[in-house]
Amino acid sequence: MNKILILFAHPRFEKSRTNRALLTNLDRINGVTLNDLYEQYPDFNIDTDREKELLSAHQVIIWHHPFYMYSAPALLKQWIDLVLEHGWAHGKNGDHLKNKIIFNVITSGGTREVYAANAYNRFTIGEFLVPFEQTATLCKMTYLPPFAVQGTHLLTAEALKFHVTMYHTLLEMLTKGEFDIEALKRVEFLNDWLQKERGAPKP
Amino acid sequence: MISTFLHDALIYLAAAVVFVPVSKKLGMGSVLGYLLGGIIIGPFVLGLVGQEGKDIMHFAEFGVVMMLFLIGLELEPSNFWRMRNLILGAGSLQLCATTILIFALLLFIGFTWQAALAGGLAMAMSSTAIVMQTLREKGLTKTEAGKTSFAVLLFQDISVIPILALLPLLALSGSQVPSGEHVSFISGMPGWAQTLTLLIAVNLVVLCGRFLVVPFLRFIARIHLRELFTAAALLIIVGTASVMILVGLSPALGTFLAGVVLANSEFRHELESDIEPFKGILLGLFFISVGASINFSLIISNPLMIILLVCSIILIKAAVLFFGGSLVKLSFDQNLLFTLGLAQVGEFAFVLFSFIHQLDILSARWTDMMMGVTAITMTITPLLLLINERLILPRFGTKEKEEKEADAIDESNPVIIAGFGHFGSTLGRFLRANGVGATILDNDSDRVDLLRKMGFKVFYGDATRIDILKSAGAGDARILIAAIDSPEINFDLVEKTKKTFPNLTVMVRARNRLDAYEMLDMGINDIYRESLDTSVRLGIDVLAKLGVRKYSATRAGQNFIKYDETALRELAPHRHDQSTYIFNSREQIQIQEQLLTRDREVNPNINDHAWDSDLFEEDGSSTPSAKP
Repeated sequence: MNKILILFAHPRFEKSRTNRALLTNLDRINGVTLNDLYEQYPDFNIDTDREKELLSAHQVIIWHHPFYMYSAPALLKQWIDLVLEHGWAHGKNGDHLKNKIIFNVITSGGTREVYAANAYNRFTIGEFLVPFEQTATLCKMTYLPPFAVQGTHLLTAEALKFHVTMYHTLLEMLTKGEFDIEALKRVEFLNDWLQKERGAPKP
Repeated sequence: MISTFLHDALIYLAAAVVFVPVSKKLGMGSVLGYLLGGIIIGPFVLGLVGQEGKDIMHFAEFGVVMMLFLIGLELEPSNFWRMRNLILGAGSLQLCATTILIFALLLFIGFTWQAALAGGLAMAMSSTAIVMQTLREKGLTKTEAGKTSFAVLLFQDISVIPILALLPLLALSGSQVPSGEHVSFISGMPGWAQTLTLLIAVNLVVLCGRFLVVPFLRFIARIHLRELFTAAALLIIVGTASVMILVGLSPALGTFLAGVVLANSEFRHELESDIEPFKGILLGLFFISVGASINFSLIISNPLMIILLVCSIILIKAAVLFFGGSLVKLSFDQNLLFTLGLAQVGEFAFVLFSFIHQLDILSARWTDMMMGVTAITMTITPLLLLINERLILPRFGTKEKEEKEADAIDESNPVIIAGFGHFGSTLGRFLRANGVGATILDNDSDRVDLLRKMGFKVFYGDATRIDILKSAGAGDARILIAAIDSPEINFDLVEKTKKTFPNLTVMVRARNRLDAYEMLDMGINDIYRESLDTSVRLGIDVLAKLGVRKYSATRAGQNFIKYDETALRELAPHRHDQSTYIFNSREQIQIQEQLLTRDREVNPNINDHAWDSDLFEEDGSSTPSAKP
């Protein structure tokens, strides 16, 4: 069984309908730890020892954050800079994260369609996430495509519920190890893989 | 000899241990407890102590001596200077007016004019011991009434010197001081010589304090023996007192002067913490012996006279005080506190009356009577204050709760702030700015009035009273913040809250580490030390001004606070390891030492190697480096 660590970073969580829904009832799933970074470190003073212990105790790591300015909120970048230490996470003897699975879970206001070469945002989500991907690679981790909830402004209650179910299903499948890692790597979004696996129609 | 001493000690200490806690639990304060204890063990009720009670009182008067030394110590000349108008104005008004009125009263009863004047002067004194102890216990020393009381008491205490000097002039010419057990150096002299001697003695104390005592203390301090310093402190007091007795003066005033002289020396706090416990016990003993000395047979043989005297003297004193209070613009509530607080006749009256008797100005019978009246007024004071607090103020003054308020939509606030001084007010403003309703408890009626005008929900009164906490909504609130200046009151409040309202989260202001330790022992987790964040913030700015980058300095500060909080919790259980009991300031020093050693061992400044690009170079990694 895999244990999952969600590194959640949202400076205005109380105002985010989507993320509140995504994180509600998480404790129903066995083996999921939520690390609410902005709640834990309101002063940006990250306790690297604590974070390292958490990382060591989990096999699947999730960077869960809103897609601010094509990236993550500042505290998550701070976390990456401070916790993924040279000599521990990467570099000589930096093997503590080796072969762990990591990916981004993002929420974005724009829909999937506006992230394309010929569209408004000019690049795909995957392209914007390249720094995360390379960080993961540097730390000898297995980086997976993102799970994304997009067009959050337009989400109906029903659609939101669908995304929540998908997210929780994904977490469950990951904990139980019900996946083929190569198949996961091939999709653009983990959402696509889930849909194929479960055959659930999009609302 | 030893066995009678043990016997007496047993009775007095038992009286204190039994009656003071009961009185405190009933909300009556320790002074009344001591006095009642004294009455109970006294000749009239149980008869456990008899005539020798008088000797004990002489012994215990030393508590008053020590108290005056401590008051003197607290009185830095700059403070004194700032209060000079209040001291001179209110003080002289009180003393003169009261003396004149009581003089008239005694003259009316049939005293000679000399006796009446001497009696008036003695009766004008109020009890510094009772008033200061009571105000401190109730946390009222910083209110307007508290300050004015202190000023008036101070003027009285100081004016005992000239009064003692003048009394011999009142003695009937040719009268000899009766040969008592205190044959003093000056008793045989004519009046003018006595006055002169007194002035010389006072100057002697001042000069000795300045040029002898301070170097002496420096010498003692270098030996680093705790008990030796305590001995030296006691020696100073006993020595000063003996000199004063030798020249026939009040030892209390001598030590008061000595205190003032030493107030500016570097040993002030050390002396304070050494003398404090002795003073506390002796003062308690003094109150007990006052209670025990009340001569009930005298009252019974002459009840009307005594009752009339007590009532009229309290009335006269109260009237003058109330008038004075209005002149210095005390609000009604504060003025009542001031008036009733000082309406008794004080411990100096005992000294003055026995001196008056020695000078043969007053007969033995009347002296006894007057001393009885003095003791009774002292016993009544705490009762008067209690009546004022429980019955008068709620009715006429700052009401604890407006009736109409209960009818209105009574939104219960989630937060209660006890104590709205500098600390509590900042907190309250912050919460209000963020839309959190807070109910405030405070015992300064002036402040309460102001806050009510500003639309705060305020309850007036002693925050440690369960009924007041209840009416402030402690049953429904979620958080109670103990932000009172006095740690003792804070402790009391925390203890009571934890017992009565176990569901209420208690968050506590602590002055320093020592208080924080106590709070930890009491099972409180949310402790906020006044001295931590502010000093670290200042330290951060120091680093920044010295050229450290602000962010690095800030992180160093954050880490230091984190480290210090952990250290606090780790060191708390071990703090009494070294010795069984170390008194206050010493303990502070030891804690400091512990911390400084620890700081050296565990470097609280955690390094961030993540941002340190030099590390990558050693490894030959591909990360770009600024270095060539």
